[in-house]
Amino acid sequence: MKHIQTLETRNLCESAKNGGCGECQTSCQSACKTSCGIANQKCENKKAE
Amino acid sequence: MVHLFQQGGLNIVADTFSGSIHVVDDAAFDVIGMFEDHSREEIIAAVSRKYEGDPEVTPEELGECYDEVASLKEQGKLFAEDTFAPMAGALKERTSNVVKALCLHVAHTCNLNCSYCFASQGRYAGERAVMSFETGKRALDFLVENSGTRRNLEVDFFGGEPLMNFDVVKQLVAYARSIEKEKGKNFRFTLTTNGMLIDDDVIDFANRECSNVVLSLDGRKEIHDRFRVDYAGNGSWERIVPKFQKMVEARGGKNYYMRGTFTHANPDFLKDIQTMLDLGFNELSMEPVVCAPDDPSALTADDLKIVMEQYEQLAELMLQREKEGRPFTFYHYMIDLTGGPCIYKRISGCGSGTEYMAVTPWGDLYPCHQFVGDEKFKLGDIWNGVSNEAVQSEFRQCNVYAHPECADCWAKLYCSGGCAANAYHATGSITGIYESGCELFRKRMECAIYIEAKKRLGM
Repeated sequence: MKHIQTLETRNLCESAKNGGCGECQTSCQSACKTSCGIANQKCENKKAE
Repeated sequence: MVHLFQQGGLNIVADTFSGSIHVVDDAAFDVIGMFEDHSREEIIAAVSRKYEGDPEVTPEELGECYDEVASLKEQGKLFAEDTFAPMAGALKERTSNVVKALCLHVAHTCNLNCSYCFASQGRYAGERAVMSFETGKRALDFLVENSGTRRNLEVDFFGGEPLMNFDVVKQLVAYARSIEKEKGKNFRFTLTTNGMLIDDDVIDFANRECSNVVLSLDGRKEIHDRFRVDYAGNGSWERIVPKFQKMVEARGGKNYYMRGTFTHANPDFLKDIQTMLDLGFNELSMEPVVCAPDDPSALTADDLKIVMEQYEQLAELMLQREKEGRPFTFYHYMIDLTGGPCIYKRISGCGSGTEYMAVTPWGDLYPCHQFVGDEKFKLGDIWNGVSNEAVQSEFRQCNVYAHPECADCWAKLYCSGGCAANAYHATGSITGIYESGCELFRKRMECAIYIEAKKRLGM
């Protein structure tokens, strides 16, 4: 019996290799303006894995 | 580091440094909880005792369960080590030397007089002022000149109320469009408005030029009108709601946020979300008020308990409406587990003071809109660039690892250390933390992950 279901997620360690292009949206620029959080940002790196 | 939590009948495990998310059964939940501090035998014995009499949870099953956990650890998907700490500074450096976003304060004045406004009714503790076209144009040139190879540049028209200087806004957009091709840039404009001055001209302009509009509405009429009043003290709800509805309809119901603030007056903010839904809006954001703890609108400890419950109920409402084919989005529950931000972004945070700056009506630069008016944070101006290297250096070094309190927080790579302004206002340091904001943030992340897990599992 399998006890654990793992959801597909982005591999953060791998993202260190090709990340950091900076093209993504600034975190609080266009929506909240009073609290930070980056979880809802889309990656815009075309080369990202 | 792992974080285990239970919500809506699911056992969820979030692994901080790999970013992995697991949905587990009860036995695995217990095994993972003990895994780092106990031997295989101890765990099997302890969990067997807990489930004594349950034919499903035999020592053999628990052995298999333990091996499953061990295998995930081996694959780096559970109890992943923190390999990012040594390179945190270097990671942020990589994105710290370009400016890619400006908050243009085109109007330090407002046609509403909201007592909870962090910007002191748009004046930011200063004189009323509007930005001239010449100043705004120079700000756009400053952005282009300092943006390096970044193609996507963001400009938010902010205030006060930016539509009180709409002619300049239009001229600035026309100027940006006239140079973006030649400069190899793509401007993304956003507009944050209280709605009072929205008319057909504004709607046409915003739908043509703005990738997003942020519309301020607090939900229920009595809640909204408690704070969002004009200078005669009259509520604004009746006047702005029809304008917002017209604007959103004209945008095809997309690329906007109906953004509300909840305070001590409405910790039961789900009712305000429901009002927004009933009005036909479905891209929503509700933010906890940011103010001094002794402010009458500040959320109390009792309020926070209510807010926590409201967040859980909101998650259930979203799942229910999704099933019914009437989905809506909540800004803080948007999480992209597969295509979300890279580790650079997760460590660097919002980029205030480095990638992102605010420009006052007279061209001064500040780390972000929330520092405007606090003279010691003035970075420089758009003509001469950043001259206050000391303050910028503080922001350049402000990454998630610079906050001592974040060391043990499971959610740090979802929030990247939080809002520098909130931290400063709460502790006097941008590397402090705004504790009550952290509590709410962690709750929102649990809810966001829970919603995603339910959707992925088809539940």
